[in-house]
Amino acid sequence: MDLNTVWFLLIWVLLIGYAILDGFDLGVGVLHLFARSDRERRIHVSAIGPFWDGNEVWLLTGGGALFAAFPVVYATVFSSFYLAIMLLLFALIFRAVSLEFRGQVDSPGWRRVWDWAFGLGSLIPALLFGVAIGNILRGIPIEADGTANVPFLSLLNPYALLIGVLSLVMFTMHGAVFLTVKTEGHLQQRMARWASGAWTVFIFLNLVAFVATFFVSPFLFEGALGNPLFWIFLVLLSAAAVNVPIAIRSGKFLGSFLASSIAIASTMGLASVCLFPRMVPSSIDLANSLTVYNASSTPRTLTVMLVIALIGMPIVIVYSAYIYRVFAGKVVITEDSY
Amino acid sequence: MELDTLFLSRLQFALTIGFHFLFPPLSIGLAWLIVIMEWRGWKRGDEDYVRAGKFFGKILGLTFVVGVATGIVMEFQFGTNWAEYSKFVGDIFGAPLAAEGVFSFFLESTFLGLYLFGRNRVSKGVHWFSALMVAVGATLSAFWIIVANSWQQTPAGFEIRNGRAELTSFAEAVFNASTWPRFFHTFDACLIAGAFLVAGVSAYLILKHNATEIARKSLKLSLIFGLVVSLLALFPTGDWHAKQVARTQPEKFAAMEGLIVGQTRAPLTVFGIPSEEPPRLNLKIGVPGVLSLMAFGDMDAHVPGIEDLRGEGHPTPPFVLTFVSFHTMVGLGTLFIVLTVFGAFLLYRRKLFETRWYLKLLLWAIPLPLIACEVGWIVAEVGRQPWVVYRVLKTQDAYSANITRGEVLFSIIMFGLIYLVLGVLYLYTLARIVKRGPETLPAKEVH
Ligand code: HDD
Ligand code: HEM
Ligand code: HEM
Repeated sequence: MDLNTVWFLLIWVLLIGYAILDGFDLGVGVLHLFARSDRERRIHVSAIGPFWDGNEVWLLTGGGALFAAFPVVYATVFSSFYLAIMLLLFALIFRAVSLEFRGQVDSPGWRRVWDWAFGLGSLIPALLFGVAIGNILRGIPIEADGTANVPFLSLLNPYALLIGVLSLVMFTMHGAVFLTVKTEGHLQQRMARWASGAWTVFIFLNLVAFVATFFVSPFLFEGALGNPLFWIFLVLLSAAAVNVPIAIRSGKFLGSFLASSIAIASTMGLASVCLFPRMVPSSIDLANSLTVYNASSTPRTLTVMLVIALIGMPIVIVYSAYIYRVFAGKVVITEDSY
Repeated sequence: MELDTLFLSRLQFALTIGFHFLFPPLSIGLAWLIVIMEWRGWKRGDEDYVRAGKFFGKILGLTFVVGVATGIVMEFQFGTNWAEYSKFVGDIFGAPLAAEGVFSFFLESTFLGLYLFGRNRVSKGVHWFSALMVAVGATLSAFWIIVANSWQQTPAGFEIRNGRAELTSFAEAVFNASTWPRFFHTFDACLIAGAFLVAGVSAYLILKHNATEIARKSLKLSLIFGLVVSLLALFPTGDWHAKQVARTQPEKFAAMEGLIVGQTRAPLTVFGIPSEEPPRLNLKIGVPGVLSLMAFGDMDAHVPGIEDLRGEGHPTPPFVLTFVSFHTMVGLGTLFIVLTVFGAFLLYRRKLFETRWYLKLLLWAIPLPLIACEVGWIVAEVGRQPWVVYRVLKTQDAYSANITRGEVLFSIIMFGLIYLVLGVLYLYTLARIVKRGPETLPAKEVH
């Protein structure tokens, strides 16, 4: 495997890590919009309180790594998706501060405002990530000289919106499953129902997305069908997907969280296998696509970055796991909580 | 000045980074002071310090979150607004940004969760360690981002090949000529900002409640700490940084110091009224020879001026802004030394807690280090113009050509509004936390 391929993999690992980890707190945010009482809302924010910021760093590191390893992709995609990225940033800003501000003033009206900010600040990113991936799978109009002009409204095409809704549903399912792990009693049962409901829609949309992709971007399957990874991800996805509702029904909530995480990882894994070696296909002419070879940094930078990742990431994983252990168990509301 | 995409992108960058940089200095400075407080609370079993840590920990949590919210914007903005820049320097510039994520953002944000929410879940030692990791992580993130910025200022370890800057030595790129002076100076500035925040808040609590032991201890700690770090801003860090600029960016140095025509025994300008185009300095008061001494360690050294450098074909940065910003920073730095020395004197004479006018002064001084930080960055960044990468890439060749004016105008207005709201809410919430004071926080957890 060459360095460029290794970096393609690592970028996707970071994105998948982000989807699994921040995915559940985005999902909790979406469910927050449907909470029934203030106590429930407080449980939501306390459930993700110690984790959400660390989770979001997966996105930041993914962004940084993309900049370092594939600067042309970083520059082209982010400038082409300008308004969408700005919308994403506005949402993430409000989401980050809403948890902190929410508990500062003891008034229902004040909390309402921040509950909405948290909910919408989670819903918009959950949707936009899918829209972005959908547009990439579909290809963006990259000219022969590598530039691309993408009007905002053209990003909102039906296919990309479909993938957007898929990611929204996927994160909602994941968030509901996470809450079944962290709560008890009525709330837990209700979250189990939410998880099962979202799961059904997730399966349905995944099938629709599969078929739609065949029509919208047939080229994605050309190389992929011969790639064993494609089949491995497909099997994993099916196995995990089947297990989510089974584990919920038998009360093995941690198990269903694992299954839901694997379902997310393999859904995204499938997208990455289909794209490779392209990173961003061109919708004008596939020959203009940005690939892991024509959009990358030099081998020297890729090597330096690999060393950084190999030293840094294991340490990150160890202490993150430690923190998750410290805060394991059901949510308890204390004076330190949000 | 035209309202084109380039200008708007610059405005947006200045607005967003300027706002972001109000919060990290406070977080970094606060985090280190909290490490000291929690250490004393833990080792000496002093409940006052535990409560102080807890109280300032709340302020840290708030500040940190706004820092994070505004930092996310920065991480993506190079791609959205500076696409040509990103393509040109990505081989070098991206690595420190990614390293910042891997080595620092994870560390600070993960352990902040443990510090804020885990007090009764882990041992005291582990809890103190989590505070330490927040401080270390925040400092490391300052380090990596400053590496990235310093490379723009004094690029090294690269070659122009295939129409872009390609890395030839990672070590040379990271430890370029300005990395260490800029890092130590900025880090020290952050400590000053933290010290003045703690001192000002403690002074307020004493003014309001008189006899609170917690506030007295915090004030004493932050004042002594503040004195040390204020001195360090001038010497060695500021002095070292200035010497480095004189050596590596002479146009910037000439503009900072207001030296129009080069000379030996160059004077250090203490006061002057600058004007632009052609750059001139009127009513100047200077001390002969000191600038030569300061810059090159020799009274008789020749310091090149703006006009000599123009003659050699090097464009001058915006003169008035650079000059005024630099002198504001140095003036404030001097003021901090005077203020903290006087406070230490009052403390020594055992009059500190009764000298009400001085306590009030400390309260009003809270924002001053942040102003010093902002103008310091204006010196660094505006003084580098017209280059975005010094003598390698011009700012006008760096922006995203595929975005429209309207798009950037829209995002600037949105950022402006959102940041206004955030700023107001931050101050409001901060005031609430401070008014409630540390006494109402239980020292031990109730279950
Ligand atoms: C509390 C904040 C603070 C204080 C009191 C000072 N500075 Fe400063 N200064 C900064 C905060 C700062 C900064 C925000 O950290 C800057 C901006 C960019 C940088 O490298 O550090 C800076 C930049 C900066 C530069 C320009 C670097 C460049 O162009 O890249 C010089 C020469 C100095 N400083 C020198 C001084 C001196 C001689 C001071 C004497 C008192 C001083 N600073 C006080
Ligand atoms: C263009 C430059 C910058 C970028 C791209 C940037 C990026 C970011 C990002 C993405 C975050 C959020 C991290 C998280 O989620 O934990 C952040 C926060 C932070 N940044 Fe910046 N930043 C920039 C400038 C600076 C500078 C100059 C410093 C310090 C000297 C700094 C210090 C910090 C610190 C300490 C935090 C933690 C949050 C806080 O303490 O307020 N940043 N930054
Ligand atoms: C945190 C404190 C900082 C402040 C207050 C600050 C301030 C500014 C200002 C005022 C400008 C506009 C200058 C002009 O166009 O005349 C600017 C531009 C810029 N800065 Fe900084 N800056 C900071 C840190 C950084 C860091 C850490 C980086 C890189 C890692 C950076 C990279 C840039 C870039 C790429 C531009 C745009 C091009 C340019 O106009 O020079 N800045 N900054």
